[in-house]
Amino acid sequence: MSTKVDDPRVIEFDVRTDEMLINMGPQHPSTHGVLRLILRTDGEIVSEVEPHLGYLHRCAEKIGENLTPRQWVPYTDRMDYLAGMNMNLGWALVVEKLLEHDLPEKARHLRVVISEMGRIASHLVGMGAYGLDLGTFSPFLYAFREREKILDLFEKACGARLTYSYLTPGGATGDLPPGWVDECRDFLAQFKPCIPEFHELLTNNQIFISRTAGIGVMSAATAINYGCTGPVLRGSGVPYDLRFNGEERYTEMYEGYQFDVIVQDPETGKYPDPHLKEFGDDLDYPEIPKEAILGDCWHRFYVRMLEVVQAIRLVEQALDKYESASGDWGQPIKLTQKLPKGEAYLETEAPRGQMGFYLVSTGDSIPWRVRARSSCFCNLSVTSELCRGTLLADVPAIVGSLDVVMGEIDR
Amino acid sequence: MSDLVSQLKERFGDGIVDVNAETIDDWIEVTPDVLLDVCEFLAGDSAIKLDMLNCITAVDYLHTDPKKAAKADFDPHMQVVYHLSSIEHKHTLVLKVKVDRWKNGEEGSLPEVPSVAGIWRTADWHEREVYDLSGVLFTDHPNMKRILCPDDWVGYPLRKDYEMPLEYHGIRGR
Repeated sequence: MSTKVDDPRVIEFDVRTDEMLINMGPQHPSTHGVLRLILRTDGEIVSEVEPHLGYLHRCAEKIGENLTPRQWVPYTDRMDYLAGMNMNLGWALVVEKLLEHDLPEKARHLRVVISEMGRIASHLVGMGAYGLDLGTFSPFLYAFREREKILDLFEKACGARLTYSYLTPGGATGDLPPGWVDECRDFLAQFKPCIPEFHELLTNNQIFISRTAGIGVMSAATAINYGCTGPVLRGSGVPYDLRFNGEERYTEMYEGYQFDVIVQDPETGKYPDPHLKEFGDDLDYPEIPKEAILGDCWHRFYVRMLEVVQAIRLVEQALDKYESASGDWGQPIKLTQKLPKGEAYLETEAPRGQMGFYLVSTGDSIPWRVRARSSCFCNLSVTSELCRGTLLADVPAIVGSLDVVMGEIDR
Repeated sequence: MSDLVSQLKERFGDGIVDVNAETIDDWIEVTPDVLLDVCEFLAGDSAIKLDMLNCITAVDYLHTDPKKAAKADFDPHMQVVYHLSSIEHKHTLVLKVKVDRWKNGEEGSLPEVPSVAGIWRTADWHEREVYDLSGVLFTDHPNMKRILCPDDWVGYPLRKDYEMPLEYHGIRGR
């Protein structure tokens, strides 16, 4: 937001101010990990932001040149550690693309269940942590209460709560345990009525709206030029979702599923019908506040909230399909499977944006080169553009709305 | 793909070195000299409009083991790979540039590729990362410095002949 001289919030206009460099981070709790920002300020107004990365760099790509694809799966967990399942999926798909390995029907639906549950868990953290960024603690607790239940389900499926390594090239490490599907349905049934709660806590909250609406506005052209993807891109009004527009190997996973791309309709100014009434509640979705401008922090947050609902729809459909599908859960490929000579690149729609993996092989069982294209890396690069000319207090609001995870940026 | 290739060949002639349409992802190889013009054309042309740069990767082709190097089917070189896609037309393209591992064969002087940060801002950070980890210098880049490693780090970790330093500010490396 540009600041005008008559803006009553800027009291320093009568006071002489000097340019000052402020260091924010790398241990600042509102930066979603160890991100360091150098802010050049004049009074309350930020003129320049320079992010410094690399505090969480763990040489994942170099390690990938020394391990077989299946051995590298645990390293993908540790990239976006809030959506480990989706990272596993991206890597599994690219290895399968190189091997031209096809999955049984059941494995396909199992992957939809797992990755969409991962999306819900990840967006819950995104929502709760965003509340923390803006100085409210309670949404965080509500979000983590629900996320905990998803983690319990994941724990039952694969034994781990954060670093799953469950989806693996070839399928998954095992089938879902007996009774899991019913437990998952129970969870969804009790989770649905919680969504209006979240909206009351944040989306509709006047303080929240004042802190986010009209702040950090990003045009669609800027978002595309900076390579922003995921909710950040769709929050700027670009209808692009890899589950629809991606490569066939990925989109065929979602074939036959009913769900919407969450993006504001440029003509009506409305988001797709979120089907909240279906959830047995009279509450309709909150109206878009009049202060909100397409591409601001509020819209990015709202897109994430609506995606949670779409994810629930997908999981419900996938559970039905999973139960009636034929085949097994997909036997993992051999640990030392020889890779054909060649290269493959594939992007998937992870919760935070498009996560791409690039695999080059010279015909060995160990890849010649692996590369992880991080969505947050590109999303974060737009910070300096968005923060120019804003108030100091808006910087955490803007960085938080991009929902970055440093593990994925630094790899 | 074949349409695009003939268009590019007509426009840039010898700048288009190699085209491969049989692999899993089709790719086009261009010379570093024409890279900037090719990218400007690909991003600007309304029928192609590759408006999003997904990823820049550098792949180091070098066998450090002399026995394997004798059998290898490639000469040592560095490849810079650009993955492009179009939001509007929903298509993708892979562009490759081949450069020597060291400029003029002198160890220590980095190979140079023109920066595309003026066309896609994504390239700004991606090129810094490639420079940082693989040691490719992007000419005319607005801010060519390391991004993930500390500024005073020595060497380029993703090169195949990289050796971990013995120590860094008193911390044992290996």
